[in-house]
Amino acid sequence: MTVNLTSPSLFARIRQSDLWYSFTRQRSAVFAAILLAVLIISAFTAPLYAPQNPFDPAQLELWNAEIPPIWLEGGQWPYLLGTDTQGRDILSAILYGSRISILIGIASVVFALLIGIGTGLAAGYYGGFVENALMRVGDILLSIPTILIAILVSAIVRELLPPALRDVGAAGVLVLAIVLSGWVQYARTVRAQTAVERGKEYVQAAQLLKVPARRIMFSHILPNTLTPILVAATLNFGMAILTEATLSFLGIGMPPSQPSLGTLIRLGNQFLFSGMWWIVLFPVLQLCLLVVSVNLLGDWLRDALNPKLR
Amino acid sequence: MIVFLIKRLANAAFVMLVVALMAFMIFRFVGDPVQLMVNEQTTQAERDELRERLGLNQSMPMQYLHFVTNAVQGDFGISYRNQQEVMSLIAERFPATIELVLMATIISLVVGVPLGVITAIHRGKWYSEGLQFLSIIGVSLPSFVIGIMLILVFSVMFNILPAFGRGDVVSIGWWTTGLLTPSGRAALILPSIALSFYQITLVMRLVRAEMLEVLRSDFIKFARARGVPAWRVHYSHALRNCLMPVVTMTAMNIGSLIAFALITETVFQWPGMGLLFIQAVTFVDIPVMAAYLCIVSFIFVALNTLVDITYALIDPRLRNAKA
Repeated sequence: MTVNLTSPSLFARIRQSDLWYSFTRQRSAVFAAILLAVLIISAFTAPLYAPQNPFDPAQLELWNAEIPPIWLEGGQWPYLLGTDTQGRDILSAILYGSRISILIGIASVVFALLIGIGTGLAAGYYGGFVENALMRVGDILLSIPTILIAILVSAIVRELLPPALRDVGAAGVLVLAIVLSGWVQYARTVRAQTAVERGKEYVQAAQLLKVPARRIMFSHILPNTLTPILVAATLNFGMAILTEATLSFLGIGMPPSQPSLGTLIRLGNQFLFSGMWWIVLFPVLQLCLLVVSVNLLGDWLRDALNPKLR
Repeated sequence: MIVFLIKRLANAAFVMLVVALMAFMIFRFVGDPVQLMVNEQTTQAERDELRERLGLNQSMPMQYLHFVTNAVQGDFGISYRNQQEVMSLIAERFPATIELVLMATIISLVVGVPLGVITAIHRGKWYSEGLQFLSIIGVSLPSFVIGIMLILVFSVMFNILPAFGRGDVVSIGWWTTGLLTPSGRAALILPSIALSFYQITLVMRLVRAEMLEVLRSDFIKFARARGVPAWRVHYSHALRNCLMPVVTMTAMNIGSLIAFALITETVFQWPGMGLLFIQAVTFVDIPVMAAYLCIVSFIFVALNTLVDITYALIDPRLRNAKA
């Protein structure tokens, strides 16, 4: 048997992994990944080619208002998907709105992960009081429906902010609301996994070698808890986008001056009966595409990383 | 069993006390209650009197105790916005939400269970794969989106179903029902479908997973070997053995359905508790918000506790588990 002494490049390692194999075999996962990539890239490169910056009131012209999509009678170039009642180009608004939705989704998942992993590791590793406190807090947060926590946090923090900061801080408030309603799930997953790992020999060996507790937790135990976390994070990214959209739709999220997809749907919803269906339908479709692609990926990841299903 | 019962109830009571503490803190610290209740003409003396009457001069623990004793008796104070008692406002809206939630639950079972069975029996066929794919889409669609699409199709395009309100209602005692009038029934259709959508996919996935498990067991093989017709094996023998988790999940999810109903109620302008809550949120009507939080959490916690206790009654092994 020849031993390959040069370690393979990262790219080659990915190509040879089980995960990549399962990915290429699953059509829906490949489809979802491509769709998600297209959505994210198009949202973040929007300023390069979008016909208008929908956040800039100076670019909105009222005589361009209420134009239907280009394939209908009265449609006008460059407003491919039509305009709303203020002359905002729907396509540009959707692209810029997706950018906000995606950023809020990423930020919420990252912060929830940081808090969840930190508390979960500490609770699982030290046990005792920290663990009990975490489980109690978890019990309480889980006995209130998450959407209710998010709404209450969002509404209350907004109320406590000075009025001048409410629009500027809206994205931050949303992230806080979503993080507070979602971090417990990570903390519980990490805690359970850590409690299992703590008893294993490699952890005992590290403890005997007097490796600092923080190092044992973060560089020895953490990598072994990441698989379920990765799945949860992917599915929660979709949930975070949905929660953001829901809060914005209810009018306690992003303000109309910086509309996310949820805000666009709320604004469009007012014109549902006026025949201008395009104002609401296209943001709805974009939101669905975004969340469906994330969830398809998360679903595949869950099956692919589940050893029982191999 | 008694120990388990006491432990479980104590746990539920503890959770409710913390929820009440949160509601109390919202009530006490988000804006000054006196400031929110008075107008410009109120004199300082009147303000002080109001402060005294509301008990805001007492110590914090005393105020909290007061809040909890009042809340247990169903007294959540006066709404800032329309000066009515919060409890009577909520009681007025309660039947509308419950009718919507129960209807959505029934729909989710009636549609979800057969779909789950079909996707489990015909695993690998194109239509069950298609349904499985649709269920992921169902999970991904927020309920307000489904509501808007339903309105767009059935109210705007075809104009066959009402898009908002509850239609005519009949009152039976303090309960009002829309089920007895044609317009009330018509008004219930779209909102309950919108609310049940997510639940359908959950039921379907759960039934599918359970069915796949049960279909592998020996008694199914034996039934097949005996020549019991396939439909009887599937719908009578197998299905009956997967209903327990379905019932549990349905009971537990009624609490979150009540919470999620607030989105559906906003889309359809359904005059339930959720719409009241959202209006309270926009007007910072704190007593209504606090009361809604307490009531929804109470229903949620009560259902969970009930399910746990029933389980322990059925399965003695669970009694020794951590409460």
